Amino acid sequence: MQPLPPLAWSAPTTIDEVVAALAEGVPGEVRLHAGGTDLVPNLKRGVTSARRLIGLGRVAELQELVDGPADALGVGAAVTLDDLGRDPRVVARWPAVAEAARQVASPQLRRMATLGGNLCLDTRCRFYDQSAFWRGALGGCLKADGDACHVVPTGRKCVAACCADTPAPLIAAGAELELASVRGPRRVHVADFFAGDGARNHTLAPDELLVRVWLPAPAPGTRAGYQRLRRRGAIDFPLLTVAATVVVERDVVRAVTVVVGALGAVPRRLRGLDALAVGRPLDAAVRAAIAAAATRQCHPLDNLGDAAWRQAVVAPLVRRTLEALEPATAPDAASLR
Amino acid sequence: MKVSLEVNGAARAVDVDPWRRLLDVLREDLRLTGTKEGCGEGECGACTVLLDGAPVNACLVAAGQCHGRKVTTVEGLAGHADGGAVLHEVQAALLACGGAQCGICTPGIAVCASWIVDAEPIGADAGARARVRELLAGNICRCTGYQLIVDAVVEAAQARRAGEGEP
Ligand SMILES: Cc1cc2nc3c(=O)[nH]c(=O)nc-3n(C[C@H](O)[C@H](O)[C@H](O)COP(=O)(O)OP(=O)(O)OC[C@H]3O[C@@H](n4cnc5c(N)ncnc54)[C@H](O)[C@@H]3O)c2cc1C
Ligand code: SF4
Ligand code: FES
Ligand code: FES
Repeated sequence: MQPLPPLAWSAPTTIDEVVAALAEGVPGEVRLHAGGTDLVPNLKRGVTSARRLIGLGRVAELQELVDGPADALGVGAAVTLDDLGRDPRVVARWPAVAEAARQVASPQLRRMATLGGNLCLDTRCRFYDQSAFWRGALGGCLKADGDACHVVPTGRKCVAACCADTPAPLIAAGAELELASVRGPRRVHVADFFAGDGARNHTLAPDELLVRVWLPAPAPGTRAGYQRLRRRGAIDFPLLTVAATVVVERDVVRAVTVVVGALGAVPRRLRGLDALAVGRPLDAAVRAAIAAAATRQCHPLDNLGDAAWRQAVVAPLVRRTLEALEPATAPDAASLR
Repeated sequence: MKVSLEVNGAARAVDVDPWRRLLDVLREDLRLTGTKEGCGEGECGACTVLLDGAPVNACLVAAGQCHGRKVTTVEGLAGHADGGAVLHEVQAALLACGGAQCGICTPGIAVCASWIVDAEPIGADAGARARVRELLAGNICRCTGYQLIVDAVVEAAQARRAGEGEP
């Protein structure tokens, strides 16, 4: 058991206090502490460093779900994944997001883990997620303390994977993030929040706080689904995630989005699906065509191990997701449940 | 930092580093050594305690996060009646079913199972065992193979319903 380094800790109660504390801190020394389920193990292994932590557990605004304009729902960044996965509004209208939240880790961890922490989760790589001693024996890598990547030896960028469950279904749902800093608020689509470098795979500035995730009301006829691959039935991080949103009108597809995660640093939105599916019914042939496109566009690396298995599972997992879509009901129907 | 919390129904106060793990506060500062450390990283569930009634991994909770909150450990499961201790339904069922071998996972299993019996409806239907397995998925046991633990939780849920006058 590795000990934790000494850390200062504060627990502000308002968003303004949090962003002020972030602005005062030295980047790399000050970090936000939500559920701590990623941060604590990473601090122990020296995968992350920090000297001051700012706890988010007492900021009431971050723990709330609020109804927004045009039937959107704002989920506070510190809402736990357990609460998210059970919220009747989320279950009825964003079933893939709820399902992803319910798939994370274990019952215990989901009661600590937050949505904000899930989005800002550090990337994972089997060569990096080890003790500092273990990593040192390999001579470090591009993510820290080295100049080569052990996954792609000729590569110039770290390809550690975004292994969180919620990003793919949030991107497929068109969700937006509300961020705050002393410089003011900003909004960004979840898809644009991520950046293609495993060493730092999101565009959050060091002084920024993720405040809320905005889920836009699903269009009529929307169906959504989420599936993931893992070694055991619980606890383990995903080795692949697949989220789909399909809008069906009078039995034909009007729009389709499929996002595959846990490949590299950024969840991948499949391209060219409109030509395969729009204007047709979502039948077995169309599902197979989308699955084949996924195989062509997704290439799991050795960052999480089992690259060949993961490659073989891409198509079946996409097909299964499209077979098991659930209706994302309109708000009035949801309230009748 | 002065942290006031309620542990097993009693008000307690400790003066500790806010970043001290709840697990160490319980085991070392409060001498409640029933809660065990397995992995120290959230993987095994041996350190499971209830925080405001919900199961969490005490190895990942900081003392500072517990100010003003209620903690239940395995020591707090048994009740008292007629001057003696009365085991919680899950403790009695784990004993009766043989749901423990080396015992390192047992306090975490008992605490998590007490939450299942209190908070989650576990019926006598065919899906009950699968549901218990899902809810116990965060507790690893290297000895028993889980069958007898699942038996015990299903039996404890039954005992609870019988105690509440339900068939
Ligand atoms: C055994 C184990 C299994 C796991 N399995 C899974 C799994 O299957 N799927 C999965 O997705 N995850 C898994 N996790 C990882 C983790 O539990 C979750 O991703 C969780 O949602 C992280 O949230 P947190 O609140 O605990 O984050 P923290 O650990 O508190 O924070 C994580 C990071 O996000 C930053 N952060 C947190 N909140 C904010 C905010 N509001 N604004 C800006 N930055 C913020 C922190 O500074 C930190 O860098 C697992 C963890 C463990 C220990
Ligand atoms: S992908 Fe390469 S650079 Fe990134 S953490 Fe793994 S070994 Fe290091
Ligand atoms: S010791 Fe806490 S989960 Fe293993
Ligand atoms: S009884 Fe030994 S680990 Fe469960």
